[in-house]
Formats: sequence, structure tokens, C-alpha cells
Amino acid sequence: MRLAEAWRVALDALRANRMRSGLTMLGMVIGVAAVVVLVALGTGTKETVEAQVEGLGSNLLIVVPGQVNFSSAPTLSRMDNSDLEAMVKVVGDRDRITASLTSGENVRAGSNTAFTTVNGVMESTPKVFLRDLGTGIYLSRTDVDTGRRVAVLGSLVAQRLFGERDAVGQQVTIAGVRFRVVGVFAPLGQSLGVDRDNEVHIPITTAQRLFGTGRVDAFAVKAPDRETIDQLGDQMLAELRRRHPDTEFSAVTQEQILGVLGDILGILTTVLAAIAGISLLVGGVGVSNIMLVSVRERTREIGLRKAVGARPRDIGLQFLLEAVLLTSVGGLAGMGLGVAASLLTAALTPVPATITWWSMALAFGVSAGVGIIFGVVPAQRAGRLDPVVALRTD
Amino acid sequence: MIEAEDVTRSYELDGVTVAALRGVSLNIRQGDYVAIIGPSGSGKSTLMHLLGALDRPTTGRLLIDGKDVTALSAPEMAKLRNETIGFVFQSFHLLPRTSAVDNVALPLVYRGLGARDRRRHAAATLERVGLGHRLGHRPNQMSGGEQQRVAIARALVTSPKVLLADEPTGNLDSATGVAVLDLLERLNTDDNVALVLVTHDRDVAARAHRQIAMRDGVIVQ
Ligand SMILES: Nc1ncnc2c1ncn2[C@@H]1O[C@H](COP(=O)(O)OP(=O)(O)OP(=O)(O)O)[C@@H](O)[C@H]1O
Ligand SMILES: [Mg+2]
Repeated sequence: MRLAEAWRVALDALRANRMRSGLTMLGMVIGVAAVVVLVALGTGTKETVEAQVEGLGSNLLIVVPGQVNFSSAPTLSRMDNSDLEAMVKVVGDRDRITASLTSGENVRAGSNTAFTTVNGVMESTPKVFLRDLGTGIYLSRTDVDTGRRVAVLGSLVAQRLFGERDAVGQQVTIAGVRFRVVGVFAPLGQSLGVDRDNEVHIPITTAQRLFGTGRVDAFAVKAPDRETIDQLGDQMLAELRRRHPDTEFSAVTQEQILGVLGDILGILTTVLAAIAGISLLVGGVGVSNIMLVSVRERTREIGLRKAVGARPRDIGLQFLLEAVLLTSVGGLAGMGLGVAASLLTAALTPVPATITWWSMALAFGVSAGVGIIFGVVPAQRAGRLDPVVALRTD
Repeated sequence: MIEAEDVTRSYELDGVTVAALRGVSLNIRQGDYVAIIGPSGSGKSTLMHLLGALDRPTTGRLLIDGKDVTALSAPEMAKLRNETIGFVFQSFHLLPRTSAVDNVALPLVYRGLGARDRRRHAAATLERVGLGHRLGHRPNQMSGGEQQRVAIARALVTSPKVLLADEPTGNLDSATGVAVLDLLERLNTDDNVALVLVTHDRDVAARAHRQIAMRDGVIVQ
């Protein structure tokens, strides 16, 4: 029997049992769709997060006390303004480095209050991180040097406190002290789960006075190019360790953050795909069951086919192809369903979806493979049936 | 054509050996018309399965079309059945949900014939058995007599040397049975196909050129 013929025989048999074929396929459809959807959502999330990290600016280097570690609590900083001076000297360009001192505070204007992140920073901040102003101006060098009580509001803070009114020139109260608003940031959105529109920038010197500390929490540096990042980090760390021999410091680059996040999200995507893969396996077991039932039900047919000249191989091939047809047609339908569900999820929810060709190819390949693997046993059983026994069955 | 020499066939059933055939010798030649009679359980069907290369003897020698069945592999036996034997069963054994012409064409599938040639052959064979007007009918759309004629056409489509019919009229009323028998006999005389027929009916057996009576797994006459 030729292969084309075997396909036709298998197809005819499946068509003769439409309902059962459809239900069997359903398991594969759902399994493949699950793989495609979960991989699409995982990949989409990963790409979005990476874009957010890259959106901070390029060639960034963050220097903090302690270890950069997701499991340990942040170390309280012992750095102060003299360290800041030293770091500016190491970097050699005040426009490329900024420092920060951060605290959560209530900000008030009239009867409106907003709880927000107050960042004491240097005037170079918009040059280090990419940040655009919506209205007004940013903090100036003089603001920082003289510790003026001026503030730049995130767009969300401005909206909460002043509604549609222009906040520039207005007064706000931070931790009980009055500030003048000099600028409002353009809306930026979320970054790594932090709402970057819900923050207020004030001069770091003002912040130190406001919070009653001389502390500096962290430094951020924008290196001139990728090649100098590591060297710059090493120099800064060496200087800090010299000044604080008993304290650990670490420097992380944007690339390292990207790498770590990418790894985590990549693992997440793989785990999701693996879970979905289990449903594919379950679908495969379903196919195997149905094929075994089918072999039993069609014992007489098998006996008859053998009586008129079908070899064990012909019968086995017929049942194997039936299984492969079931799973691969189910796989194709699952791909369609998966793509549709991914696009729908992306359209209706904030979860991003990126459809990858490899997940589709993998899911389809696995479903066809599942057909072969789970079709073999029923096919062998059918092929080996004794024709006399098969014909006597009723 | 078929030579059986002291053929036995026994089954192992729960550790007990059941002897269905206990030494049968028999020759079927071209154009023969042989009727096998005997009580239920005497081993008639078992013998037919052996003659049709569906089964191998436990002991003894069995040559079909010059080939020693005991030495053949399963695929070789399948080929032998396809080329030499035509089966007609008591319960027709037609594929459900499949048209008459496709049922008849089934043996040709395993000959590697193309779909168009198969249909042409099958249609011509159905014409011969008087069912030229029933090509597209499915088994459940035909009478018992018509179904058995489709089954005969299927046995015939490969131009076999032997037709093995195990109680072909067993599921038919007597008039229809006689018509089916007439058809088989006409094929026997016209095509010189050997016809081996199992029957319970002495009148039917009387029409054959040779009668073989079986009892308890042996030929008694
Ligand atoms: N697969 C089997 N396993 C065990 N015993 C079997 C098997 N097939 C047949 N037999 C036994 O072999 C004997 C002969 O059976 P067979 O079917 O050949 O009889 P038969 O002459 O065709 O009877 P009937 O007229 O009822 O069709 C019976 O006793 C039966 O029980
Ligand atoms: Mg019988």
C-alpha cells in the first residue's frame, strides 16, 4: 500500500467518526494553544521589562552600598557629601553623575495630599536618566549648591495635587516644609513595577536637611560609552572602599540588570511552556486511549482488511497515521486558537504578548510527535491482531 | 491448488489443549466445487481459515498455490491471500459507512492499484454480480442478498484461484440464498474458480461436485 493511500484510508476512518475525532483533537487543541499563549505572554512580558530597563537610558552604572541581591535587605548607607565630591572627581564630569537620597513622604497642596517618593538628587539627573519635562524647568546647580526648597513633580503627583491646573509656580508642602514647584515631568509610565510618574525631585542638599541626615543612598553614572563602564565602576568601587574600608559596595550595570531580569523571565517563560507542555502530554494520552478504543471497536474491520491482503505493516501504518492526523490537525487548530487568544489578551489586558515562531513550531512538532509516540502502541496492537480472532469478534 | 496433508490445528485455552482439527488431508484443484458439511464445532471454519492462509496449521503440511504456508511470514501470507484467495463470510463483513464500490475495491488497495483503476475494476465486478445500479450504496442501504453479492464481488475483484465461502447463505432467506448460490456456481463454471463452500444444508451440499463431511475435527467421508 502506498503512503498516499494510507493517508486517505486514515482520513476516511477519521471522517467516519467525526464526533470522536473532534473530541480527541480538543485535547491537543487546548494543549498547543496553551503553549502558544503562555510563551507569547512570557516573551511579551520579558520584552516589555527589557524595554523599560533600556528606557532608563544607556550605559548606566548604579553604585550602592552592600550587595545587589534580590534576597537580602538593602544596606543602610554610610556615604555622605564628601563621598559625593570624591565620586564626581573619579567620574570627572559632574553632568554624568547623580546621587540620590530617597524617602516616602506626604506631599500636600491646599486640601489635596499625595503619598509619593521624594528623591533628593543632583541637577544632572535628567542627563543621566532619560527624563523629559512637561512644563517648567529642572533643578539647577545653584538649587543644589544652596539647598533651595524647589521641587519638580511627577505628572501623577501634579495631577493629584493640582488637577488640570498648571503646577509650575505653585506651592507644595513636603514633610511640613513649603516648596515651590519649578517643573513637572512628562508622563513616563511604569518601570519595573514602579510608577515613575509618582515621584518628586528636590535638591539632594535640601533633602538632607529635610530628613535630618547627611546621607547619600546611591550614585548613578552615565558612562561615555559601553567600553568604559566596567573600568569606571571599578574605579568608583576602589575609591569608596578606600574611604570606607569596613563597608561592601557594589556596582551594577544596566546590562547586568537586563541579564538577571532576562534570565528570570526566560526561566518563567520556560516553566510556563513546560506546564503547558504537560497538557499536551495529557492530550497525547487521550489520543492513545481513543486509538486503543478505536482498534478494539474496529477489530472486525482489521480482520477483514487482513483477510483481503493487508499486511501487519499496512494496518499499523493506517492507525499510526490516524493518530498523527488527529494530533497534527489538532495542533494546527491549537496554533490558530493560541495566536487568537494571545492577541485578544494583549488587546484586552495590560499583559503584553509576543508571538514567537519557535513556540508555534515547537508546539506543532510536539503534537505531531505525540501522535507518533502515542499512536505506536495502538498501531502495533492493530497490526499484530490475528485475523482469525479478529474476524470471529463481534 | 491447495494440498493439505494430515493437518491439525489445536488451541491452548486456559492450559487445556483444544483440538479443533485432528488430522485432515484434502486436495482442492482448479475449478473444483467442494461442499463441507458437519455439525457445529466439527472444525469446518477452522479448516476454511487454514485453506485461506488466514491461519497456520499446528502440525501437518499445507501447500497453497505451491507455497508451504508454515514457512511463510505474516506479510507473505497476506500477499498470498490477496492474490490467490477470495473469502465470502456468513456475516458479509462489509465496511460500514463505505460505498459498495469502495468495499469491493478494498483488496486492490493492498495491491497498490491507483484509485481510478480500483474503481473501474470494482464497478465492473459489481456489474457482473448484478449490482451495477448500486455502486454508491452503503451496506445499511442494501438488502442482505445485495450485501452478500457485494461481498462476493469483493472476493472476485482480484481474480482469485479459490473462493472460500463459509456459510454464505446462512444469514439469508432461502430464495435469496439460492440466488447467491447460483451466482457462486456461475462464477465457478464461467471463470473456472475453485469453490469451497461450508453449509449446514444438505440440499445445498448436494449441488457440489464433491462433499466432505466432518465430525470432531476429522473428515468422516
Ligand atoms: N480461538 C479458539 N480458541 C479455542 N478454541 C477454538 C478457537 N476457535 C475455535 N475453537 C474450537 O474449535 C472447534 C471448531 O470450531 P469451528 O469454528 O471450526 O467449528 P465449525 O465447524 O465452524 O462450527 P459452526 O458450524 O458452528 O460454525 C470448536 O470446538 C471451537 O470451540
Ligand atoms: Mg463455522
